[in-house]
Amino acid sequence: MVNNRPGVLNRITNLFSKRNYNIESITVGHSEQEGISRITVVVQVDDEKVIEQMTKQLNKQIDVLKVMDISNQSIVSRELALIKVLATSQNRSEIYALIEPFRASAIDVSKDSLTVQITGESGKIEAFIELLKPYGIKELARTGTTAFPRGTQRTNSNKSLSIV
Amino acid sequence: MTQKAVIAEKKGEKTTKSGANFLIDALKKQNVEVVFGYPGGAVLPIYDALYDSGVFHVLTRHEQGSIHAAEGYARITGKPGVVIATSGPGATNIVTGLADAMIDSIPLVVFTGQVATSVIGSDAFQEADVLGITTPITKHNYQVRKPGDLPRIVKEAFYIASSGRPGPVLIDIPKDVAILQAEAEEDPEMDLPGYQPTLQPNYLQIRKLIEAVSGAKKPVILAGAGVLHARASEELKKYAEQQGIPVVHTLLGIGGFPADHSLFVGMGGMHGVYAANMALYECDLLINVGARFDDRLTGNLAAFAPQATVAHIDIDPAEIGKNVPTKIPVVGDAKEALAQLIAQNGKLPEASEWVQKITEWKEKFPLFYEGDSSELKPQKVIELLHKKTNGDAIVVTDVGQHQMWAAQYYTFNKPHAWVTSGGLGTMGFCVPAAIGAQLAEPDATVAAVVGDAGFQMTNQELAVIAELNLPIKIIIVNNHSLGMVRQWQELFYQERYSHSLLQNQPSFVKLADAYGIKAYKVTTIEEAEERMSEALTTDGPILLDIHVAPGENVYPMIAPGKGHHEMEGVKK
Repeated sequence: MVNNRPGVLNRITNLFSKRNYNIESITVGHSEQEGISRITVVVQVDDEKVIEQMTKQLNKQIDVLKVMDISNQSIVSRELALIKVLATSQNRSEIYALIEPFRASAIDVSKDSLTVQITGESGKIEAFIELLKPYGIKELARTGTTAFPRGTQRTNSNKSLSIV
Repeated sequence: MTQKAVIAEKKGEKTTKSGANFLIDALKKQNVEVVFGYPGGAVLPIYDALYDSGVFHVLTRHEQGSIHAAEGYARITGKPGVVIATSGPGATNIVTGLADAMIDSIPLVVFTGQVATSVIGSDAFQEADVLGITTPITKHNYQVRKPGDLPRIVKEAFYIASSGRPGPVLIDIPKDVAILQAEAEEDPEMDLPGYQPTLQPNYLQIRKLIEAVSGAKKPVILAGAGVLHARASEELKKYAEQQGIPVVHTLLGIGGFPADHSLFVGMGGMHGVYAANMALYECDLLINVGARFDDRLTGNLAAFAPQATVAHIDIDPAEIGKNVPTKIPVVGDAKEALAQLIAQNGKLPEASEWVQKITEWKEKFPLFYEGDSSELKPQKVIELLHKKTNGDAIVVTDVGQHQMWAAQYYTFNKPHAWVTSGGLGTMGFCVPAAIGAQLAEPDATVAAVVGDAGFQMTNQELAVIAELNLPIKIIIVNNHSLGMVRQWQELFYQERYSHSLLQNQPSFVKLADAYGIKAYKVTTIEEAEERMSEALTTDGPILLDIHVAPGENVYPMIAPGKGHHEMEGVKK
């Protein structure tokens, strides 16, 4: 959770690059409190110490109000992807058949393409992209994961996911 | 301040003035004694407000001089040094000083001008993205958008700079914000929900440390700059004496523990003393008080304190466990933590054999250098300086060989008398930092020990020394080279002295003379003695260009990648 002040995102990304940490994805948006934004950062790390050091460094930022490492928590996490896939009149219905079980939706249709919107955990989105690849993906846009802990905690999951 | 303003403030009411006047009055409220700066277009309104404000301003001859002077002032007083620089090049010229203050935890409040808000982002004249440039090298930074925010922002900046782990805070002020009038409270509430430094250590952690000490046979304290920032040298002495634990210090921890004390071991690290490094290597309990386990201190981490349980007292939790795995973390102010440890008066360690062993190391393997009376060795210069000043001067150094010799041979029995650029290793630091140190303690003897190369990076500040008639004793340890670079080229680059030898130097005596500063060239031990005596009885500034034996190296030394037990150049 960060103060919604000018330059705050720069402070966060700067800190990651200064400390030589690689960001997989980052999402920012307003939180439930006015003037306070929630940033979700996904990082891939092998060493618990790195996460600890990241958390501590982030906490030192004056505009950072709270840092949570939710890697080992039970969380809800979602990502949105827009995929523009080549679609001919022959295979269009085949693609629609893929969309349905993934609860994705077609949001734009043109003569030779179809744009699909999908939300879900990153793994699901990756699986879906793999399925669409053979048809030819023209454009792909992913938002990165946003997440927070579930209302009730159960311990499991060992994904390296960290939230700011 | 007018009577009207005082009344308004009492009632928590608002007053109306320009951004620049809010700024100047906020500085007065913080009891700022001196401001270092350099005017320019974007700060004209601020300098106009400064003109008849009564605030003491020192015009350095380069913005880098301003910020190093502010660092010198802050090192001695513990209070934030204050700097004003203009936008664009003025601001970029202070970048080195910000990085220096950041890595050495020096409190600064730095004001930079900025182009008017209407043209920010248009690549206007003297525009630079100062917030973007300085974000990684400041503890925090601000750009003021409304003049009425200035009282709060200045108050917050001083608080952030000087509390917790100190550091530099920058406030970027667009020109129109300085000019415009606004209504604001003079003493508003701070708004810092995300900033709550931990000062009080956790009692359970203190207990764990006490337990570890009671079971230790070879305990050692590593005293870092945190002891000095926390003004905790009295507590450190009491604690070490109570428990009978020897004390090693870091480069920036110099003065935190008196050198004439029987438990004093000396400086650890790359050019530390044998006893200190062996104590770190063989100890079974390492109590780090306010040091950050910098690589110049630890040497090869794989060989660092291999048998030790590590305890670390630090106000910055991010320093604990960053470089060295730590079993007993204690987050808090060093003064508080040591006071609690003293109060708990834990069971003493059985360390008499260990203390005996360290004492033997000290006696058997002291610092040494070769040389007879025919040659003026750089180490001798520092020894003479120590003798002539009774070890009582404030010593300000630059970076390189002379810095290490000063750290080794000028022993300190009191805190806050050592001003050096540690973490960043900033050449050019010395001369301006000495100005700040002398202004912080006008009656003290300030010795500016500087190499011939570093001196030439900021020697324009001689103008300030002359102008204010600051009685600084400038000691140039002149070896006609970039000494430390030359040393590494000799040791690790097959004596290929690539661009490290300075054969064509100006006459530093004539240079000083041009500024109206008395100066002498010194080439022998006798001359050095004589001129130093003269320097210390001279009221004003003086410069001694001391030509020392060239080619001297700093020893002992831990070569890069080696451990504490692999020192070279130790007395046989």
